[in-house]
Amino acid sequence: MSTVPSGAMGRYRWLWWLAAAATVAATGRSLERVGLPPVSLVETGLLAMTPLALAAVGECLNEKAGLVNIGLEAIFMVAATVGVWCAELGRSGYVGLAGGALTGAVMGLGLGAVSVYGRADQVIAGMGLNVFALGFVPFLLISLWAFPGIHVFPNELMIPRIPTPVGQVSPVTVAAVLAAVLAHLLLHRTVLGFRIRAVGERPEAVDVAGLRVDRLRLLTATLGGTLAGLGGAFLPLGWFGALVKEISAGRGFIALACVVFAGLEPLVALGAALLFGLADGVASAVAVTPGLKERVPFYFVSMIPYVVTLAVVAVVIGGRRFPSTVGRPYARE
Amino acid sequence: MRTSRALRPLAESLATVALGLVAGAVLIWAFGHPPGAAYRALVLGAFGTWEDLLETLAFATPLMLTALTFAVGVRGGLFNIGAEGQMYLGAVGATFVAGMVPMPAWVHLAAATLAGMAAGAVWALIPAALKAWRGAHEVISTIMCNWIALHLSMYLAINLLAEPGRAERTVPALPTARYPVLSEDSTLTAVVFVAVGFALLVYAYLWGTRAGYELRLAGENPDAARYAGVRPQRVVVLTFVIGGLAAGLAGASQVIGRPPAWSLYATLGNVTTLGFDGIGVALVGRNHPIGGILGAVLFGALAQGGRLMEYEVGVLSELVRALNGIIVFAMAVPELWSLIRRRFLRP
Repeated sequence: MSTVPSGAMGRYRWLWWLAAAATVAATGRSLERVGLPPVSLVETGLLAMTPLALAAVGECLNEKAGLVNIGLEAIFMVAATVGVWCAELGRSGYVGLAGGALTGAVMGLGLGAVSVYGRADQVIAGMGLNVFALGFVPFLLISLWAFPGIHVFPNELMIPRIPTPVGQVSPVTVAAVLAAVLAHLLLHRTVLGFRIRAVGERPEAVDVAGLRVDRLRLLTATLGGTLAGLGGAFLPLGWFGALVKEISAGRGFIALACVVFAGLEPLVALGAALLFGLADGVASAVAVTPGLKERVPFYFVSMIPYVVTLAVVAVVIGGRRFPSTVGRPYARE
Repeated sequence: MRTSRALRPLAESLATVALGLVAGAVLIWAFGHPPGAAYRALVLGAFGTWEDLLETLAFATPLMLTALTFAVGVRGGLFNIGAEGQMYLGAVGATFVAGMVPMPAWVHLAAATLAGMAAGAVWALIPAALKAWRGAHEVISTIMCNWIALHLSMYLAINLLAEPGRAERTVPALPTARYPVLSEDSTLTAVVFVAVGFALLVYAYLWGTRAGYELRLAGENPDAARYAGVRPQRVVVLTFVIGGLAAGLAGASQVIGRPPAWSLYATLGNVTTLGFDGIGVALVGRNHPIGGILGAVLFGALAQGGRLMEYEVGVLSELVRALNGIIVFAMAVPELWSLIRRRFLRP
């Protein structure tokens, strides 16, 4: 991804976090004033955060190791479809989540393999996956369920949510938070994490040290794909309750924005995912609040998550340093 | 076995397309259809009759333009995947002028075309400015702009351009703003000449002018370009604007150059995904404007032939877009071809 020379963002990062927290708090208060309970905002926010966080955390690991996967959107779409199919076969939402994660793992591994062994242009290969999903998912929908564009599955396949003080929380959301913490510990507290970071910065040194550059990168590619696949299967099974052909609606790219925003740090990526998730929450809150929904056209409400992402990408991107070999294949001299 | 240097890219492109078709055959077979019969219908549907061939060209028209958007981006060192959204707004701009602003015959046609191109270029300025002055990555910003454009265009189609009593589409283009239909048996109109002409114009600009040379230099070697005094911001904006003009024209071509609707559907159904399809077209065309024209005819044939394949064999035409993705994926792997050459083509 783009490497921009270090700016003021890096040094005053805490100021930005303060501003973000204040914005969220202010939004919550003003929503309360127009008659919307902040709990449902947080509830939707956490649901929307989950797929973004899972994919972003995985992609942080992947990019630390020097690979780029812009096919996250495709993994979301295909894993959502295959996930619902698996859930119906296994009569359980959890089987669906596992199926989605496995689908993501295969897609991540495939992209990793062409990047590592085929020395592919990773951005083009990832985009190829996205274009493929654009046709393959509608094709799968009609082939599997003989109905175009949408499929509603039995309600009992939904992953049950846990009641908490901040609303109904999905166990997958808990898993996403755990994944971010574990990824952080993996990167910064373990030998494997050190190797992953080294392979992104100095693959030749890792190679000379007798470690396998290819295997490390395939590992992160598969891990990243697995997490994104879990996030994709969560979309219908943990959140929407139905499958539509454009189910991920750009979320794969919003997850990429989280990664860029976070400078490849999983915990920061989790925070970014929460921020974008809340933007999604605000959008769906405005869309259903009486008094507000009549005044703001639905089409403009739908734009909110994308406008927020665009604004964040525009304002906050400076001061991020990426591994020196990100997106470039490694070849022994 | 030695292919001449000039023919090698062509051979590689065709081989990649063949690889995509083989992968597609596996998919067709996996979902229980006979691949042979499916591809027979695909080829017959695309080239079987004179009318089919013209229809193939009608499908190729917007694709050569959205391919141009991506190709110019790559030449200027950008991964511009914003053709989709720029095309939506191009269609909206053209619909507005063609359907709501009466003008004398030929002036109207030109004005509607230019309005579409201008709308696409203006929309492209957003990611251009973010890239040039904020360093925002164009992959993320163009995709976000695509989604914003989708909702904005649907809003405009329903609220600004609506025809009373016809909820499913906008006002149609007035007869003065319609490109002449070339043959009553197909939807091909004279807009195909405008599309080819624009592609040739961009080719001449990139390879025949100083600004075009600077654009290509900045894409090929940014450091050399900077030392040579090329301003990177200028190149970014120029690259996006040329791409936006092409995408806007693509959107306009589907409204004022494509019967029978002569209008934009409220769901944008007659333009969606044409922008993303252009990526594969551009790659097969080796990111060259003229290669893009040839690539567009190929993908246009897949789109047109896909209809007969769906009708006769029951293979859904959506599969054609999946094929497109497989081809893009395969085009990304340079080692694939050197590998195949080493293994199979050495005597």
